Amino acid sequence: MDATVDGMRSGSAEPISKAKGTGRIADPIFVTLLWASGIFVLILLGLIIAELFKGGLPALQHFGLDFIWSSAWNPVTENFGALVMIYGTLFSAIIAVVVALPLSFGIAFFLTEIAPQPLKRPIGVAVQLLAAVPSIIYGMWGFFVIVPLIAAYVQPPLIDLFGDLPVIGALFAGPPLGSGMLTAGLILAVMILPFITAMFVETLESVPPMLKESAYGIGATTYEVYKNVSVPYGKTAMVGAIMLGLGRALGETMAVTFVIGNATRMSASLFAPGATIASTIANEFPEAPIGSLKLTSLLQLGFILFVISFIVLALSRALVRSRLD
Amino acid sequence: MASLAARRATDRAVKAISTGFAVFALFLLGWILWTLLSRGLPALGSNVFTQVTKPPGQGGGLLNAIVGSLIQIGIAMVIGGPIGIFCGTFLAENGRGTKIGAAARFVNDILLSAPSILVGLFIYTLLVVPFGGFSGWAGSLALAILVIPVIVRTTEDMLNLVPVGLREAAFALGAPQWKVVMFITWRAARAGIVTGVLLAIARAAGETAPLLFTSLGNNAMSTDLSKPMASLPIAIYQFAGSPFDDWVSLAWAGALLITVGVLVLNVASRLFLARGH
Repeated sequence: MDATVDGMRSGSAEPISKAKGTGRIADPIFVTLLWASGIFVLILLGLIIAELFKGGLPALQHFGLDFIWSSAWNPVTENFGALVMIYGTLFSAIIAVVVALPLSFGIAFFLTEIAPQPLKRPIGVAVQLLAAVPSIIYGMWGFFVIVPLIAAYVQPPLIDLFGDLPVIGALFAGPPLGSGMLTAGLILAVMILPFITAMFVETLESVPPMLKESAYGIGATTYEVYKNVSVPYGKTAMVGAIMLGLGRALGETMAVTFVIGNATRMSASLFAPGATIASTIANEFPEAPIGSLKLTSLLQLGFILFVISFIVLALSRALVRSRLD
Repeated sequence: MASLAARRATDRAVKAISTGFAVFALFLLGWILWTLLSRGLPALGSNVFTQVTKPPGQGGGLLNAIVGSLIQIGIAMVIGGPIGIFCGTFLAENGRGTKIGAAARFVNDILLSAPSILVGLFIYTLLVVPFGGFSGWAGSLALAILVIPVIVRTTEDMLNLVPVGLREAAFALGAPQWKVVMFITWRAARAGIVTGVLLAIARAAGETAPLLFTSLGNNAMSTDLSKPMASLPIAIYQFAGSPFDDWVSLAWAGALLITVGVLVLNVASRLFLARGH
């Protein structure tokens, strides 16, 4: 106490904490540690980008920018390109979003407007648990359970129905293997569903009750309030949620590796086996010795995936945060 | 505008469909659990916990994989836990309103959702190639990088819930910042921070892709961190894709173990948080 009073008398501008014994040494160390760990995370991202770029540079130097547009992937002639995998990554992720979106809209509607209060939390948690199931478990479930089901019951009728039509028929071309783009997209849809739903629910619950009550007051039904008041109110953040789902689907590895068929060919068909960037890296890595052109090509693929994910995730974040800030 | 009857019919139809979707999501979770139980439970004998991997046809278990996973997750948490908690504290306290704080928050959000396989590639080029081989250390570090953003996010969110008045009261008594943070804010947000740590462990336990390029996997028992180390997810990946029936059923047993562990951690963290508040 004396120290503080003296400090004040002598007109010292030092904060009180500095005058205390423990604060003089411990505080600067503690604050430095706090800043250091914050800056560490910044450096971490920079390091990841730099290492992936450096690792893939030899492939870029060898093939030039054509690497991105080349559909070749031939380990025998050492001719590599990224186009097939970029296409597969985007195709499977877009299928996932298209399938997950209506489900998320419905489940969010159910959780915010329909579910009885005591059921809300347990059902919400159960949906969230779908996000906790590890990727590799989805892979096994997909490979051993979903792939045979799709091969037996989904693909044959679809091929019978649409296979002979012009234009649309291309989407359903090929033998009913079970694995392929559609299966990968469906598994991814289940995996991103909880993320999109959780952010939808969070957004919808932030809609001011006054707005909704005004709409109810002029006789709108629950669905009309949802469609015309709640969803438009949270539109920006909800688009951000969809982008987050897309970003998650782009980089998913193990689940996709099990069910996509791993063919480095490009096809317009939903049923054709394909490959994503992540599945190609996981699959081909064991046969890519250190220093080989193949390994640097895989690292370059990794860098491309990072750039795509970064753009999508940054966009998602900007949209979600724009409402908050 | 449509007639009232038509509007109410639409409303009922949409409600029915939405409820159906929610039931479908629950059905999917049940389906996955049922698949794991029906295929994993018969394979879950005591050999799974007491024996190491053996060549196909000779039985064997997952002891080396379980031990390897526990070691790597443990080290990942020892490294990532403090960094994550400190960074989360930085974002909620000193970094608030600063440019570096905003940048770190942005980067953390990106790291949280970035493809985990790229973290594996990063550690591969950073450590595995220069230091001449796959190792338990490399796997642990890859997992540490993956748990940091989870802990940062939860820690920041939970510290933001601590009333400012509590901090101000402590500062007014002349407490230095380290005391305020450690004995007031951290203590007030304890349940939330533990939740983040539990969720981070759950994430690390299920990650497979980053370990492919770092600790690689090991069919023998090894606790040497400088050598390739087994882990449950890698063992599952290796066995599930094999043509041998006994290996595939071991993979199901491992899958059941991991999923039950991860789901229990998730539910426990939620209960813990609910009780803490």
